[in-house]
Amino acid sequence: MTQISRDDVLHLAQLSSLELNETEIDGLQTDIGNILGYVEQLSKLDTNGVEPTYQVTGLNNVWREDTVINYGVTREELLARAPESDQNQVKVPKVL
Amino acid sequence: MTITDIQNQIKATSARAVVENSIKLARENEQYHAILNLTEERALKLADEVDAGKITGKLAGVPFLVKDNFLAFGAPTTAASKMLEKFDAPLQATAVEKLEAEGAICIGKTNLDAFAHGGSTENSAYGPTKNAYDQSRVSGGSSGGSAVFTALNVVPFALGSDTGGSIRQPASFNGVIGIKPTYGMVSRYGVIAMASSTDTIGAFATNVSDVEMVMDIMSGLDPRDMTTMSDFFQVKTDAKPGQKIGLIKDFMTDDVDSDVRAKVNEYVEKLRAAGHTVEEVSLPMAEYALAIYYIIVPAEISSNLARFDGIRYGHRAESVKTLAELYGRTRDEGFVTENKRRIMIGSYVLSSGFFDAYYLQAQKARTLLINEFNKLFASYDLLIGPVAPTTAFKLGENTSDPIKMYLEDIMTVPASLAGLPAISVPAGFSQTGLPIGVQFIGPRQSDADLLALARSMETK
Repeated sequence: MTQISRDDVLHLAQLSSLELNETEIDGLQTDIGNILGYVEQLSKLDTNGVEPTYQVTGLNNVWREDTVINYGVTREELLARAPESDQNQVKVPKVL
Repeated sequence: MTITDIQNQIKATSARAVVENSIKLARENEQYHAILNLTEERALKLADEVDAGKITGKLAGVPFLVKDNFLAFGAPTTAASKMLEKFDAPLQATAVEKLEAEGAICIGKTNLDAFAHGGSTENSAYGPTKNAYDQSRVSGGSSGGSAVFTALNVVPFALGSDTGGSIRQPASFNGVIGIKPTYGMVSRYGVIAMASSTDTIGAFATNVSDVEMVMDIMSGLDPRDMTTMSDFFQVKTDAKPGQKIGLIKDFMTDDVDSDVRAKVNEYVEKLRAAGHTVEEVSLPMAEYALAIYYIIVPAEISSNLARFDGIRYGHRAESVKTLAELYGRTRDEGFVTENKRRIMIGSYVLSSGFFDAYYLQAQKARTLLINEFNKLFASYDLLIGPVAPTTAFKLGENTSDPIKMYLEDIMTVPASLAGLPAISVPAGFSQTGLPIGVQFIGPRQSDADLLALARSMETK
């Protein structure tokens, strides 16, 4: 059975860009451990020489002409949905 | 209530009167909490245009509902999350656009598990939807709201999405027909992505002909969803006689409710009486399907939900100082616990050191499952079995144990992982009066055949 520590949970949260609130951490530790324990049963299967299936209908690359598709949406409409914007750009807190 | 009934009502009165009546019914049934937002103003404006002859089409003036993970005008598109509580879609999903092009009128957005993560709508950030037959029980999910208001005749049809059972299971729990089409049959453009390798768009209705009509309108190639195929869906006049059907015995064990098994067996007898052959078949990989699903789907969720970062749209946490804090707090506040659980499982199975053991192994196991299906379809026209191991369970009964909740998906995830069409058809009621559905699973692109068979059995 997979043992998930509190530190593992915090590490996974960091990988997932989630700042968990304190009350959720214990529950997630139990649940994630149980779920990983459940899915681990796949290790019993012999998959030697079996190809993985990432795409079920056998599509490979789907090409199209390199032309603009009109999505019927303007820059102004999209910028209007950003929580903060300035001079036609989306504004975020200081990165560096 | 059928689409034909509604069309007759429109002829006798007006599109406006019919749309107003649907909205009135939605309000009168508020206690089910099936709708998050009505699109009343826009719907009435469109109804007036139908009455003025400006809008025509096969579904002119016919009201419908969409699950609130479809981008649609007239109300916010929330995905039942706080992340998108006020999100006003700048465009509409292709499925919605195609129905509107035939004159259908969306009257509202239905409740779901937030971001479609769940099987009961209890993961909605706005509270659960109640079952159409018993308000102390779940609607099923994640497309619970659409199923319940179809069952209560608020609208003749409603749209849902099905990634692992999210149309079929609530259809079964509320006694309506639900279809998850072949992967790639209906464009997903404008529907909030969950797991891109299994996401499909389908519909609920109370009779098969209505489902056929809606799927016929929605199916086909869309350059904005590169996985779509050229339109292969064509309604069949009659079901093929003397079909060979496999009853999946792995889904008929003692772990499954006896009422559910009894109704499936009754349906099998009716199929036999109608001249079809039904034999027990085995799908041994079905035992592993849930484990495969709960590796692949969280992996894809962790990737697809990375876009909700508080930068370009949706919720943004207040008074944060750094960009990392903005991401972390926004996502903590905007997601429900089940969203976080799945994202974190996804991060785990995709992280270096675990990738081969979990994600790659699951994708290989998926191949083994597909091979088993292919082998069965070499000898059988379709497979049949229950939709879910139980009838609608009590609100709160499974919320404390995610694995117990996931086990509800055990019979619906195999078709999803293989991209196969599957439908849920009403098969009667339990001894306590709860609906039970039977599931048909067919080879890829056999959608029209499954529906034709279901239609031929409607009066039997």
